[in-house]
Amino acid sequence: MGVEQKLGNMGVVTTTLEDVVNWSRTNAMWPMLFGLACCAIEMMAAQASSYDMSRFGMELMRASPRQSDLMIVAGRVSKKMGPVLRRLYDQMPEPKWVIAMGDCASCGGVFNNYAIYQGVDEIVPVDVFVAGCPPRPEALIHGVLTLHEKVKADRFIANAADKK
Amino acid sequence: MEKSLEPIVKVLQEKFGATFEEFRGEVQCMVKPEHIIEALTILRDAHHFELLSMLSAIDYFPQTSPRFHVIYQLNSLEKNLTLQLRVPVEGESPKLPTSTGVFKTGLWREREIFDMFGIEFEGHPDPRRILNPDELEGHPLRRDFPLGYEEPQFSFNYEEIDLGKPYAKE
Repeated sequence: MGVEQKLGNMGVVTTTLEDVVNWSRTNAMWPMLFGLACCAIEMMAAQASSYDMSRFGMELMRASPRQSDLMIVAGRVSKKMGPVLRRLYDQMPEPKWVIAMGDCASCGGVFNNYAIYQGVDEIVPVDVFVAGCPPRPEALIHGVLTLHEKVKADRFIANAADKK
Repeated sequence: MEKSLEPIVKVLQEKFGATFEEFRGEVQCMVKPEHIIEALTILRDAHHFELLSMLSAIDYFPQTSPRFHVIYQLNSLEKNLTLQLRVPVEGESPKLPTSTGVFKTGLWREREIFDMFGIEFEGHPDPRRILNPDELEGHPLRRDFPLGYEEPQFSFNYEEIDLGKPYAKE
């Protein structure tokens, strides 16, 4: 798109605040450096040169929850890991999103037993579920793009006005 | 059986009336629960079995007498020997004396056996669960522990299970 065609003579473009904020949120969404099982290997592959998630402004995996916007739950969550995961989620600043990557994080997968949470949505609210065991990096990137669509459609100013 | 293992098994037979089985060169001695600590001590001090390389258990449910076998696998690094001691234990909530006084590795191994099988080790300095969360009820590796955890969700029972799911709030 040629931006210059929209600028006119005054060098000004008009849009809504929501669109600008959502655009900036989607294009610098920093995931948390956080892997639980084999899905984390695919998450690393999605970050590495062949798939390169930095195309979406996601090259920075933050090792601190206080600096990240997106939690990718890559792998099965055991009953002992659950409280840790919830704590990390609570430490992330608003706005924050969660992707449940793979079958184990989505519904327990093959681990239907006493030790594993049957879906990470028992602990944290999930925005996007990515199927696969493990999902290929393309699938994860598709999940991320689906989340971007969700964020772009977020009418947060209107929602806040409704709450008042 | 290895030549150098024969006198050691003989000692166990004479002292504790242990029976032994051999399978493909591996020797297992059945020892009574009241003799196990003494047997371990003798093997460690007099026969160079300085490593307790494995401590595990088997559940023979629904058989109750003995329901469990506790297995001590000993290695001799000096003589390159392996010997297993099997201890049959009776009943639903069995008890054994702790081996932590003889082998320090027993500390975590016995906690794991307590966690998974519910076999108590009397005299253990820290008898907590080691792998599972403290609030878990039951002992997962027992054969009467339920296998599945949650009924799988299909289209015909989707809503029924969905209603019972503890979804997280923001």
